[in-house]
Amino acid sequence: MKKILSLFLILFSATLLQAQVSDLLKKSEVHGSFEADGMYYHPDIPMGITDSLIAGRNFAFNGFAEVIYTLGNFSAGVRYEAYLPPIAGFDNRLEGSGIPYMWASYSTKKFSFTIGNFYEQFGNGLVLRTYQEWTLGYDNSLNGARVTYQPVKGIILKGVYGTQRFFWNKYTKNSRGIVKGMDAELCFNDLVKSMADSKLRITIGGSFVSKYQVDNDPIYKLPRDVGTGAARFNIGIGKFNFSSEYAHKINDPSAINHYIYKPGDAFIFNASYSTRGLGILAVFKRIDNFSYKSDRAETANALDISFLPPITEAHTYMLASMYPYATQPNGELGFQLQVNYKIPKKSKLGGKYGMDISVNFSQINDIVRTPAGDTSAINVPGTLGYTSKFFQFSDHIFMRDIEIHLHKKFSRKFHATAEYLNQVFDIASIQGHAGDPVIHDNIAILDMTYKFTSRKSLRWEAQALFTKQDKRNWLAALVEYTISPHWFITASDQWNYGNPVTDDQLHYYTVAGGYSVKTIRFALTYGRQREGVVCVGGVCRQVPASSGFYLTISSSF
Amino acid sequence: MKKFLILIFIVLLGLGAMAQSESSNKLPSVNVKTLDGKTFNTSEISNDGKPIIIAFWALWCKPCKKELDAYNEVYEDWQDETGVKIIAVSIDDARSTAKVKPFVMGKDWEFDVLLDPNQEFKRAMSVNMVPHTFLLDGSGKIVYQHTSYYEGLEDELFEIVKKVAKGEDISKH
Repeated sequence: MKKILSLFLILFSATLLQAQVSDLLKKSEVHGSFEADGMYYHPDIPMGITDSLIAGRNFAFNGFAEVIYTLGNFSAGVRYEAYLPPIAGFDNRLEGSGIPYMWASYSTKKFSFTIGNFYEQFGNGLVLRTYQEWTLGYDNSLNGARVTYQPVKGIILKGVYGTQRFFWNKYTKNSRGIVKGMDAELCFNDLVKSMADSKLRITIGGSFVSKYQVDNDPIYKLPRDVGTGAARFNIGIGKFNFSSEYAHKINDPSAINHYIYKPGDAFIFNASYSTRGLGILAVFKRIDNFSYKSDRAETANALDISFLPPITEAHTYMLASMYPYATQPNGELGFQLQVNYKIPKKSKLGGKYGMDISVNFSQINDIVRTPAGDTSAINVPGTLGYTSKFFQFSDHIFMRDIEIHLHKKFSRKFHATAEYLNQVFDIASIQGHAGDPVIHDNIAILDMTYKFTSRKSLRWEAQALFTKQDKRNWLAALVEYTISPHWFITASDQWNYGNPVTDDQLHYYTVAGGYSVKTIRFALTYGRQREGVVCVGGVCRQVPASSGFYLTISSSF
Repeated sequence: MKKFLILIFIVLLGLGAMAQSESSNKLPSVNVKTLDGKTFNTSEISNDGKPIIIAFWALWCKPCKKELDAYNEVYEDWQDETGVKIIAVSIDDARSTAKVKPFVMGKDWEFDVLLDPNQEFKRAMSVNMVPHTFLLDGSGKIVYQHTSYYEGLEDELFEIVKKVAKGEDISKH
């Protein structure tokens, strides 16, 4: 009887609730995404992967699921992550599972308030950028509070306060620094009515960030509060655009800068000209002692407050990405010139469909350091470290990258891309391979696509890398067959035929297939992964050589 | 008591599922930038009651650029037939945000391009990887989305755009 009664009660309350709840639920939205990457490793003796190296850890798994709930102005989100254990190449400190990301926010057009974990970027990110990059296992989200306020159209004010994510380590008293920051941005074209349709477009901004970390150092007296300030502008005049940001940091001795007391500077300047069919870009960048982390003892890819973008091209072809650049936070001076041009349709060279040409030149040198005093050498811990002139390029080249890229559609069925690269790469400085000679390489790539029908097409790549240094010459090829909208199958091989050690003249082959429908995607890969570096946006991770199966499933809703 | 709570929970979940199937998600309100450096709120994306395609892409993503090249070639025809508007959202970070405008102009792409340098819009839309393309109907509801790009996918998308423009059912796609 009691059971029946309670059942009645449930049904009754449910129907009562339904009216209100269903109304509420109609207004609410739920969406999210998930990904699961699984790896099975097997021994591969020629690659040096033995049973004892794998040590029973044949399986690796990285996965996440994220859900965002919205009800009117209110929203909340949560992300679960698991690394059991992390796939080879990811930071070992990620091993584990849990909820590292949880937030709730209230936002209107003028005002927003977030509590919990959040991502934010001030200007170009020189003084503050928190972000997440799944493919790198990188996440430096702030945990605390964020406010943005737009008093009138054209002014945006932001404030942030919190501590950064450090793998699975919870923040406890003094375990790492506390970050606070403010940013203001003014857009004159929105603020001043008479400028609304002006050809002159001006936006300016400024930010201030400070980190607090206790000083427990037995030797040095370290600054508890390290402040950085930055100013920026973006000016457009017709087809020209100029943007720049300058940031200054007070002394911040850290494990990265050898505990020197020199203040730091970062400067970026971009100028571009864009018109239909033509785009030209020039970039100048200088970094001087600008590593800024919320723990001064951290040296790996973690707890970064500042983001120092590299200005070399992000290459994606297999052999072109052999030697990727990573920003040198202790000092670099570089420039880049890029021209994108479309040879018009129906011209002699352009043919029926036109042809895209892009040329890029980037070079990054070290800065010139001179001793700060008469007695001390350069970078002696506990001293001012060095002095450096702003526009002085050192003879030491970290990287030079020349790229010519052509793309042409020959007919409705056939199009092709050709690329040539010439690079100088100081592997000793960039990847810490002390003593290795500077690499000079030439790379040629041909990428062709043939469409059999409107749905079926075949793509193939041929690539070659020539160098007298490191592992010497490589050849690579790839074939890919796709049936739109669902299927792909691909096979590739990278052959280190020029390796001076005959036993190391290996083939790094892979075969893969995949299926995608709407936002669901499956892909299975079998093969060998060469040792290398994967970089996204200037942050890189080392990937060890591995061999085996790789399955990835992802979806969003 | 525990059982009671569980039951309530199940009932609520059921209601939630029902409500979900009736409504589709709309665009979140996030600040992005235009190629001129102006701030633009994504909730203001509109197209006079006609469909909108939002394509997430990046300079480092080859399939994305292929997809947008393919759209660009047929954009005029698509617009004449359905009035569809394409918005390409670049998720390039500070490394290459300044490169986007010269690139887009150099390519002579005709559609609007927005910058999402810290991927706030991408996150708010639950985009895992690029390319990821959304189709919105005339009322701004997301009615279709897909990831990955294969040669010829644009034909499939256009079939759906045509149906959405006419207000037809696309549940079979």
